[in-house]
Amino acid sequence: MALADARAICPDLATRPADLVREATTLAALRRWAGRYSPMVARDGPDGLMADITGVAHLFGGEAELRADLHARLARAGMAAQSAVAGTFGGAHALARHGGGIIPDGALADRLGPLPVAALRIDHDTAEALGRLGLRRIGDLIPRARAPLARRFGPGLVGRLDQALGYRPEPVAPEAEPPHFGVRLSLPDPVGLQSDVMAGLARLLERLCEKLGRHHAGARRLRLELDRVDHAGVQVEIGLAGAMRDPARIAALFEKGVEEVDAGFGIEAMRLVATVTEPLAPAQIGPARAAPQDGMDDLITRLGNRLGFETIQRLAPAESLIPERSFQVLAAAWSRAAPADRPGGPPRPVMIFPPEPVMAAPGHPPARFRWRRMALTTLRATGPERIAPEWWLDDPAWRSGLRDYWRIETREGPRLWLFHTPQAPAWSAQGVFA
Amino acid sequence: MRCERAGSGALQLAPTRVHEAEGFGRHAFALFQSVCHDGPVVWVGPAHAPERLLLAGLPQGVGERLHIVRAGGVDLLWAVEEALRAAPVGLVVAELETALSLTAGRRLQLAAEAGGTTGLVLIRQGAGSNAAQTRWHCAPRPGAGADSTLHQWSLIKNKRGTLGDWTLHWDGTSAAFHLVAETGERRGPAPPPL
Repeated sequence: MALADARAICPDLATRPADLVREATTLAALRRWAGRYSPMVARDGPDGLMADITGVAHLFGGEAELRADLHARLARAGMAAQSAVAGTFGGAHALARHGGGIIPDGALADRLGPLPVAALRIDHDTAEALGRLGLRRIGDLIPRARAPLARRFGPGLVGRLDQALGYRPEPVAPEAEPPHFGVRLSLPDPVGLQSDVMAGLARLLERLCEKLGRHHAGARRLRLELDRVDHAGVQVEIGLAGAMRDPARIAALFEKGVEEVDAGFGIEAMRLVATVTEPLAPAQIGPARAAPQDGMDDLITRLGNRLGFETIQRLAPAESLIPERSFQVLAAAWSRAAPADRPGGPPRPVMIFPPEPVMAAPGHPPARFRWRRMALTTLRATGPERIAPEWWLDDPAWRSGLRDYWRIETREGPRLWLFHTPQAPAWSAQGVFA
Repeated sequence: MRCERAGSGALQLAPTRVHEAEGFGRHAFALFQSVCHDGPVVWVGPAHAPERLLLAGLPQGVGERLHIVRAGGVDLLWAVEEALRAAPVGLVVAELETALSLTAGRRLQLAAEAGGTTGLVLIRQGAGSNAAQTRWHCAPRPGAGADSTLHQWSLIKNKRGTLGDWTLHWDGTSAAFHLVAETGERRGPAPPPL
């Protein structure tokens, strides 16, 4: 039913947009929790879980008791759920969405028979086509000859029917658990010394880095959580300039943060989590010589953790003729150096600054002008080079329109980049040449 | 002529020491030294300075090695020290707005020795520190020919060696420069006998 129709019937209808991401997160959490019933729990579509409880039910007192336990716990958590127990994946899937219950051994065909064919996990078109033929229930399909069905609707329908009835195996295949990069350490006695915390951290890092190495990953952000005796938590968080899994190098970066921790009456537990990880392929082990990139990453990490990673910048060329936008400033931690060729064309100054008006004597270009309280005399002028503003960007600095750039060599020495705006006649300085 | 990377050219900064440059042409001098040094260049500048390096105007090969750090106050000096202590860095250029105290300057020298890095501090006129190994006064000079890029770089303080004065053409694209013949200090006329 469309939302407009539903609103027409019931004007007070409370609606909320579906949040698929959060639903998937909840389902993933529920899947982890459902591991208490079975070691094999898989997601079944966007709204279901499938657990293989072969040989498990007796631990809970039987299938009915297991199901009752599941419902009781979910109800306590405020969740409405439907469940079914059946001998096959397809059977349990169909029954759970059409009433729920338990199908005893050997009664699959009887219990599934009255259910609509759509319960067989077939697409909507097939279900509709079957309905037009008068085959509305699964029971109508079971006695049919398989060959004509397969010829008409493809092997998918027959396959699903066979899976539901148990003629074709369909194991529960849970996806692999995503690796959890967190390790913890409980201390027998509370510690308070910085060296003790660092020693504990070294042990944690060794385990964490070994785990990271096993999964070909490197940490990008790490958080050290320290639990104090008085149940207060202290956190030390560091960011790294590059994916890293070298315990000694990471430990050195934690030193400053650990130094500032107030241990109170002592720390009794430590937990280290790599909150952000990136793939990091195993590296060739060579002679013990630090790669220059590693050293530079260490430096960026040290600087970034105090000053902020956005203050360490790298320049990269950009596609623009406007001098201010001919390069972009990137955070060095999140970019790699790209070789930048000197572009052709007229020479460019080594430094630029926001345009500063110069007091110019008449003349084009001016024979004398004052800039930054310096009286300068033009010795030689090269230009003009006309640069037009980018019309698709409204840049306040370029409101004055076209600019004619001149390279002015002065008798006093400085070589300046001056421009004249013909549409609003004035002279400004914008750069200094080498 | 090119600055010899391993040799001891006159314009070569002594390695593992911190030097100072002042004058209007100090940025050009710093860029010249960036070309002459291998490895990453860390350029530490004040957070709110309006001047920015223009990538298209930098010498060949410097742009991709350049790391710009923007910090203010004590953080700036700390960043310079950290960069000097990092072994892979080739040259650390620091733009300072205030004079460097003797303690801070000495600390930077120790950091440069520890990291094996060369440092160059760009200072305001006359705001030099006693701890500097050498101090250069850099000024652009008007040239005779068209497209001229004449620089006068004078060594006005040197803890180990003599002072000097060089006038050269350096066009800011590569490590190559052309030294203008030395004229030497012209002697003033002898005072008349009393």
